[in-house]
Amino acid sequence: MLVNFVSYIVQGTAITLAVTLIALPFGLVFGLTLALLHTYGGKVLNRLAALYSLFMRGVPPIVLLFILYFILSGRLLNLSAFWAGSLSLGIVSSAYQMEILRGALLAVGGGQMTAARAVGMSRLQSIRYIILPQALRIAIPPWSNEASIVLKDSSLVYALGVPEILRRAQQLSATTQQPFLAYGTAALIYFLLVFATNRALDYLSARTQLPTHP
Amino acid sequence: MPDPILEARSLTKIYGQNVIFKDINIKVTEGETIVIIGPSGTGKSTLLRCMNLLTGVDGGQVFLDGKEITAKGYNEDEVRQHIGMVFQNFLLFNHLTALGNVMIGLTKVKKMPREQAKEKAMEELKRVGLADRADHYPGQLSGGQQQRVAIARALAMDPRVMLFDEPTSALDPELIGEVLGVMEKLARDHMTMLVVTHEMGFAREVADRIIFMEKGSIVEEGAPDDLFDHPQHNRTREFLWKITELYGKKEKEKAGKS
Repeated sequence: MLVNFVSYIVQGTAITLAVTLIALPFGLVFGLTLALLHTYGGKVLNRLAALYSLFMRGVPPIVLLFILYFILSGRLLNLSAFWAGSLSLGIVSSAYQMEILRGALLAVGGGQMTAARAVGMSRLQSIRYIILPQALRIAIPPWSNEASIVLKDSSLVYALGVPEILRRAQQLSATTQQPFLAYGTAALIYFLLVFATNRALDYLSARTQLPTHP
Repeated sequence: MPDPILEARSLTKIYGQNVIFKDINIKVTEGETIVIIGPSGTGKSTLLRCMNLLTGVDGGQVFLDGKEITAKGYNEDEVRQHIGMVFQNFLLFNHLTALGNVMIGLTKVKKMPREQAKEKAMEELKRVGLADRADHYPGQLSGGQQQRVAIARALAMDPRVMLFDEPTSALDPELIGEVLGVMEKLARDHMTMLVVTHEMGFAREVADRIIFMEKGSIVEEGAPDDLFDHPQHNRTREFLWKITELYGKKEKEKAGKS
């Protein structure tokens, strides 16, 4: 009985991970594009990217999730709840990831661009070979934080009926009258996932750190 | 007189209301070392940045080997390959080793095969005496070593001319010598160089010609001995007097003791 109980929730873990593994990379690609446009794209693109970020970060994720869900799964696109939810989370996350990467690009500094151009690189080459390798290193610790936020926010798609961890815990709580066991199991799984993610990214950060002393 | 390699003709730079410099004419001929001296904030560094198009100009022209590089539609990135630049604060690429710093222009800009680029980069590091530091990252190098790697990085591109923007100003006094030494060697090997510096000893010893710049214009220029011993303008005299005062006193003290 208990085994069935727990294994039912654990099966939701695969869906939680799938939602996260769609939302995070989507948000990264989109957020990186926005950060680059904001930093190097000139006045108009800079304003547009800033406005996008301002709006996305100014509204609760669950509200955005509903809005985007009704757009993405409407007549126009007709995506499943799983895909609409995952992509919506990715869109919300892109604004936060944009800010993380924008800060990292600023931290690299204008001098590196100047030096790269002085060697004869184009702007694009400078960004690709000089700026990004440094900015991404700087971005790992704050990105690790964002990764754990997206992992936890993936629970929001339960509101769209996607059977991930929280959804299943809720169902079990209702059918078995064991809310503490149901939600406790869910909490433990989230905690372990976040813990593992942060440790893995700490390791990556340490591995890619540039040596400073002889 | 041979044709100049790098030439500025009535070059003008304005930031908003501020005239940084106006009507500057400079000719750098092959193998020549020109040193620009002058008080801070007189536009010397901006002038260098304008000459390799890192900063746009507001008037006048720059020529490289007789071709106007300030002309509209000229390929700026292509131009900069041929004009090496060394910065006050080194600006090495922090994520690359010394060797990587010197190689990257060769592999990415010149599209040289890796092995060949590595060989060439090692040669350049040897030239600045840092072959044994090839696998060190900038964070593991002293300021003087970093600046020498920066010089090697610029040299690797086989530039027609090298620009130095106060290359020793950010260095601890005991590290200045090793950088000036490399530059002196370059001058002796007839590298064409345009140097902005406050190192008067270097200027006097190494320069073929010295330009004194103040408030955005060239006040005076000439051979080092002429300029140092018989400056024509009051301002030049005052500046040289001020900057050599301390140094001169020390020299006298030394002479007195011995």
